[in-house]
Amino acid sequence: MALPQRKTDIGPPHYEQFLPPVIKKNYGKWKYHEILSPGIMVHVAESGDEIYTVRVASPRLLSTDTIREISDIADKYCNGYLRFTSRNNIEFLVSNKKNVELIKKELKEKGYTIGGIGSRVSNVVHTQGWVHCHSACTDASGLVKVLMDELYEYFTTKELPNKVRLAVACCVNMCGAVHCSDIAIVGVHRKTPTINHEMVVKLCEIPTTIASCPTRAISPDPAKKSVKINEDKCMYCGNCFTVCPPIDIHDPENDGVSIVVGGKVSSLRSDPKFSKLAIPFLYNNPPRWPEVVSAVKNILETYAKHAKKHERIGEWIERIGWERFFKLTGIEFTFQHLDDFTFARETFRTSAAFKW
Amino acid sequence: MAKKYETPLLDELEKGPWPSFVKEFKKAAKRSEIASDGLGQLEKSYRTKRGYWKHGGIVGVLGYGGGVIGRYSSLPEEFPGVAHNHTVRINQPSGWFYTTKALREISDIWDRYGSGLTNFHGSTGDMILLGTRTENLEPIFAELSSIGWDLGGSGSAMRTPSCCVGPARCEWSNIDTLDITYSITQEFQDEMHRPAFPYKFKIKTAGCAVDCIASIARADLSIIGTWKGNIKIDQAEVKRYAKNGMDIQAEIVDMCPTECISYDKKEGLTINNEECNRCMHCIAKMTKALRPGDIKGATLLVGSKAPIVVGAMLSWVIVPFIELKPPYQELKDLTRKMIEWWDENGRARERIGEVIESKGMRPFLEYIGVPPMPQQVKAPRRDPFFFWAKTDLK
Repeated sequence: MALPQRKTDIGPPHYEQFLPPVIKKNYGKWKYHEILSPGIMVHVAESGDEIYTVRVASPRLLSTDTIREISDIADKYCNGYLRFTSRNNIEFLVSNKKNVELIKKELKEKGYTIGGIGSRVSNVVHTQGWVHCHSACTDASGLVKVLMDELYEYFTTKELPNKVRLAVACCVNMCGAVHCSDIAIVGVHRKTPTINHEMVVKLCEIPTTIASCPTRAISPDPAKKSVKINEDKCMYCGNCFTVCPPIDIHDPENDGVSIVVGGKVSSLRSDPKFSKLAIPFLYNNPPRWPEVVSAVKNILETYAKHAKKHERIGEWIERIGWERFFKLTGIEFTFQHLDDFTFARETFRTSAAFKW
Repeated sequence: MAKKYETPLLDELEKGPWPSFVKEFKKAAKRSEIASDGLGQLEKSYRTKRGYWKHGGIVGVLGYGGGVIGRYSSLPEEFPGVAHNHTVRINQPSGWFYTTKALREISDIWDRYGSGLTNFHGSTGDMILLGTRTENLEPIFAELSSIGWDLGGSGSAMRTPSCCVGPARCEWSNIDTLDITYSITQEFQDEMHRPAFPYKFKIKTAGCAVDCIASIARADLSIIGTWKGNIKIDQAEVKRYAKNGMDIQAEIVDMCPTECISYDKKEGLTINNEECNRCMHCIAKMTKALRPGDIKGATLLVGSKAPIVVGAMLSWVIVPFIELKPPYQELKDLTRKMIEWWDENGRARERIGEVIESKGMRPFLEYIGVPPMPQQVKAPRRDPFFFWAKTDLK
């Protein structure tokens, strides 16, 4: 079959053709919204028009079969319109109120999970992991699946003091806003990479490789026309591997995950914050990573028990103090918690006022 | 015919109530050898606890330097279906709105040329077509571009801009995030498709400080909608919140970071707008009673990124307030100036925030023509070491 004529630099199609008529009509003229149930909200326009959003979870990794199935559902109840959220949810946009109960029923029958709106755990932002990435220390899709199986009710029903944003990054490159999430899991290495000198000579640019190291642990090895790594300085970030693949950082025995907590991106009440280290290391234990799941659940439930209404995890921790956070969660405090990287001095306690 | 693999470990991830990516893999694996061998290799990763993907080589479509991520299995004899497993990034429509017609057309093309597996969406925002062979890239591009789709960004280039749902379905949006995103995406087509920057450059547009697109944490240029003037109050709705059980003193007044709100049962809610920092807490909690003021615009912030190389950064304020109306010329001109300065001063793999940090704010601000303002900092410097330019010594 002959191929159609290709076009270049046309950019994305204009968004307007994908907007439901009620949105086109009330574009920029919405008055308020109300959360009707954990997965359903209504937006009301100045004109009085309404649009109902029914949010369902997706694993982000979707087959074309599933895309066709959700298209069938959107054809039936949403005149063929739907959208996705920045957290991998599918949102069915229902203009006709009568269809809300009908679509809800059909989604439930077909096994879809409705929820994620309001003070709850929404879907998890995550990376490719072993499914597709060259630098992954762990699998992202698998971790998301086992976490959300366990925290399922926090998506579908149970309320929390405020929203809790979870994220999973399979290495420190952190594709997605993992570094500013309420609770995030990040894949980490713990040993200095090994160097295949023969291949370094063939594949790598030496100055770029040396410059890639944030701790200046890499220096030239003129005899081998390659590089050497100072083990005392290496912090296992893997950036050298990204620019020079023969420097191999993978180590199944010693790779695993860290858990960081307390980040947020909104400005509500307090400024956006980075997530900070709670648990330095847990082993990769696929397929269901039980240690990681119970560690996350412990942090989430300790927050749920102790935080004030509307406090995000980071705000709760700042109010009670990190020393109290470690006590309440029972998480051990180690040398790894003491920062010795770029922004270390900002983290040292410069006051004698603290709690036991 | 696709080979079927025993996947006892991955089968464990078909159990439990949350939607299963393994089920998606298996659906695609019925038709596609890429998906079935991908599943086989993934099972091996679960067994050995390591990935088997090599770095991307240079693959793509004619005339473009990005948009396709080359990916090869390091075990091509064992899993020939994923010897090539390239990813195609398709520039998503603003706000991720679709018609089912569009989704079906894309699915049909993808089933013909690729694995049948996708990501809706990748972290940057693109629609991701996950897994195809080099020889299929041109046909996929011809088919998709002929029906109006184009590739997104990759490598050291302008990355695909993205935005929150904005005025399409949110009452808080102070700017037209969808239109701004569409307009700047069209403006920077060349910079997106032909990587020529020191490193990546991301632009994300949020309609308000709730920042549903995480713009402040992961965009070199964060555009965040805001307003000037008074928050609009509907006192009848305030009363209704109180009647329905909201503890307005505890939940709104006491949680206001600037202590600019007071509440009296009879008088209702009073806001000292002069002292308000527009954080959005009260508006987000009393959606029916409070609304942003009428003079709309945005704050431009620069510099956020993930930890690689010397630590994560959040974007900081450069332009406290800018009006954003089509065709957004001032925004486009400013963005071009920022990129020019970065391109002049940055080394390879240095993000704009890192360059500003090492060269200082002054040369950057002078180049783009923005004066110093207290809104740009949390506090002025604390140590008495500073530069004086000759022009400062009058």
